[in-house]
Amino acid sequence: MDVKAIREQFPILDQEVNGHPLVYLDSSATSQKPISVIETVEKYYKDTNSNVHRGVHTLGNRATDQYEGAREKVRAFINANSTAEIIFTRGTTTSLNIVAWSYARANLGEGDEIVITPMEHHSNIIPWQQAAKATGATLTYLPLQEDGTLSLEDVKKTVSTKTKIVAITHVSNVLGTINPIKEIAKIAHENGAVIVVDGAQGAPHMKVDVQDSDVDFYAFSGHKMLAPTGIGVLYGKRELLENMEPVEFGGEMIDFVELYDSTWKELPWKFEGGTPVIAGAIGLGAAIDFLNEVGLDNILKHEKKLADYAMEKLGEIDGITIYGPKERAALVTFNLKDIHPHDTATVLDAQGIAVRAGHHCAQPLMKWLDVTATARASFYLYNTEEDIDRLAQGLLKAKEYFGDVF
Amino acid sequence: MSFDNLDTLYRQVIMDHYKNPRNKGLEENDSLTVEMNNPTCGDRIQLQLKLEDGVVTSARFEGEGCSISMSSASMMTQAVKGQTVEKALQMSEAFSAMMLGKDIDVKEFALGDIIALQGVSQFPARIRCATLAWKALEKGVKQED
Repeated sequence: MDVKAIREQFPILDQEVNGHPLVYLDSSATSQKPISVIETVEKYYKDTNSNVHRGVHTLGNRATDQYEGAREKVRAFINANSTAEIIFTRGTTTSLNIVAWSYARANLGEGDEIVITPMEHHSNIIPWQQAAKATGATLTYLPLQEDGTLSLEDVKKTVSTKTKIVAITHVSNVLGTINPIKEIAKIAHENGAVIVVDGAQGAPHMKVDVQDSDVDFYAFSGHKMLAPTGIGVLYGKRELLENMEPVEFGGEMIDFVELYDSTWKELPWKFEGGTPVIAGAIGLGAAIDFLNEVGLDNILKHEKKLADYAMEKLGEIDGITIYGPKERAALVTFNLKDIHPHDTATVLDAQGIAVRAGHHCAQPLMKWLDVTATARASFYLYNTEEDIDRLAQGLLKAKEYFGDVF
Repeated sequence: MSFDNLDTLYRQVIMDHYKNPRNKGLEENDSLTVEMNNPTCGDRIQLQLKLEDGVVTSARFEGEGCSISMSSASMMTQAVKGQTVEKALQMSEAFSAMMLGKDIDVKEFALGDIIALQGVSQFPARIRCATLAWKALEKGVKQED
C-alpha cells in the first residue's frame, strides 16, 4: 500500500496549521475526503442534479440511476443479499433510531429486555433508554472485562429468552475494542433476540459481511469512511424490514395516498421519506470505490501496524495512561499525567496536531474508566508512522510545557 | 496561535489558580447550589452561593475540568464575593465581552486576576471552558429570584 500516493489524493492534508504541517489524528470523529469523492459530488451538481424516482426527464433518470447505483455499491460493500436491505439515512444515529422507533416499539413490552454494553456511544444508548421507557422493557448492561473487552461467557450469562434486542458496537470509539459480533449474533439468535450493530467505527476500517456474521441490523455513517457528511446506511434483514413501519412519512415513501389512509412503497424506499441525500449517496459510492481500490484488507493491515506503533511509541512516555485492550482498532485513547486532555489537545494543536479531547460521546464509559475526559488519536489509511512520531514529540512538549505546574 | 502563543493562554496566574484553587469545596449547609455542565466536553461545576440582602456573601465551587474552566471558577468566586448581585451580573457580562475580544475596563468591573484569562479569546475552542463558572453564577442568581 503506497501511503504517499494515497495522501496525495487528500488535498486537505497538504497544509500548515499554526505554523506546522498538519497531522490529522481525528478520523474516528470524521475522515478526510479524497479528490475522487469531492469531484463526484461536484460533478453531480454540475451535470446531473435532479430529484430521484419521479421525473420523466433525462436528468431525473440519470440522478435515479446514480443514486440507486450507489445503493448497489453499498450492498456489495457489506455483502447484503439485496439492495432492498440497504436504507439510506442521515447517519448512524438516524439508522439506530429507526430500529429503536420502529422495531423496538412494536416488538417490546414489559418483562422484555434490551442488552447493551457500557462501551457504547451515546447514539447506541439513548435510543434504547427511550425505547425501554416507552415500552416498559428493561435495559441491561453487559459487564466489561478489566481491559475493556467483552467475554462471551458474560454474553451467554446475560442474554436470555427475555432478551429481545442486543445492541452493540462493532468497534469501540474510545477503547478500540473490536467485538466478536458474529459470535454474539449467534448467542442472541439462540435466545430469540435480534442483534443491532453500531458499525460507525467498523465499516470504514474492516471488511463487513452481514450474511456471514448474520447480524440483523448494521448501522454506519458515510462521513467516517471518506464520504460526505449527511449520508449513512441502515442495513436490515429483509424479513424484519418488511414487517416494520416507517418512521418518517411524506413524499417519496408512499405507494398510494387517499384522504384518510395510505400505503407504503416497497423496500427500501418506504424508509426514505422526503427527498434523499442524493449527492451524499453518490459520494458514498465514490468513497466505496476508493476503499475497494486500496483494499480493505490492506487498510486494516496498515492500521494495525499504526496501532501497534502508536502503542509502542506512546507507551514509552513517562506518565501516560492508555485505555483499552492491547489488540485494538486504529485509535489510542490516553491521559498524560494530571494534564487535562483539553490542555493536552490545545498544546498539540499549537504544534499542528489534531486530536480529540473530551468524553467522546461515551459518558457511561468515562465513568467506567473513572475519568471525566480523555484524549484520543485515531488513524486511517492516510496516516503514517511519522504522524505518530510527531504526536509522541508533541506530547513530550506538552509535558515539558506544563512541567512546572503539575 | 503558534506554540509560542500558548503563553497568552496559560498565564502564570491561571496556573496558580488551577493548582491552588480558591474557594474550592462545598460547605455543608443549605445554601443555594447550582450545577452547570459543558456537554461538549464533560466539564462540570457545582457553585454554592450565599446571597444576603442582594449581596454575594459567599461563593464556593466544586468541579472537574481543564485548567481554564477550573481556574476561571476559582477567580470568579474570589471576584464576586462581597459584590452586589447586580454588580456580579455586570462582571459576568463584562467577562463574556472580554471573551469575544472586546476591550473592557478592568478597574470598573473589579475583575482583578481575571484579566489573565483575556488570552482565551484567541482560542475559540476554549472560550466555553472559561465562561462555564460565570454561566453557573447567572443560573444561580436567576434561581434565587
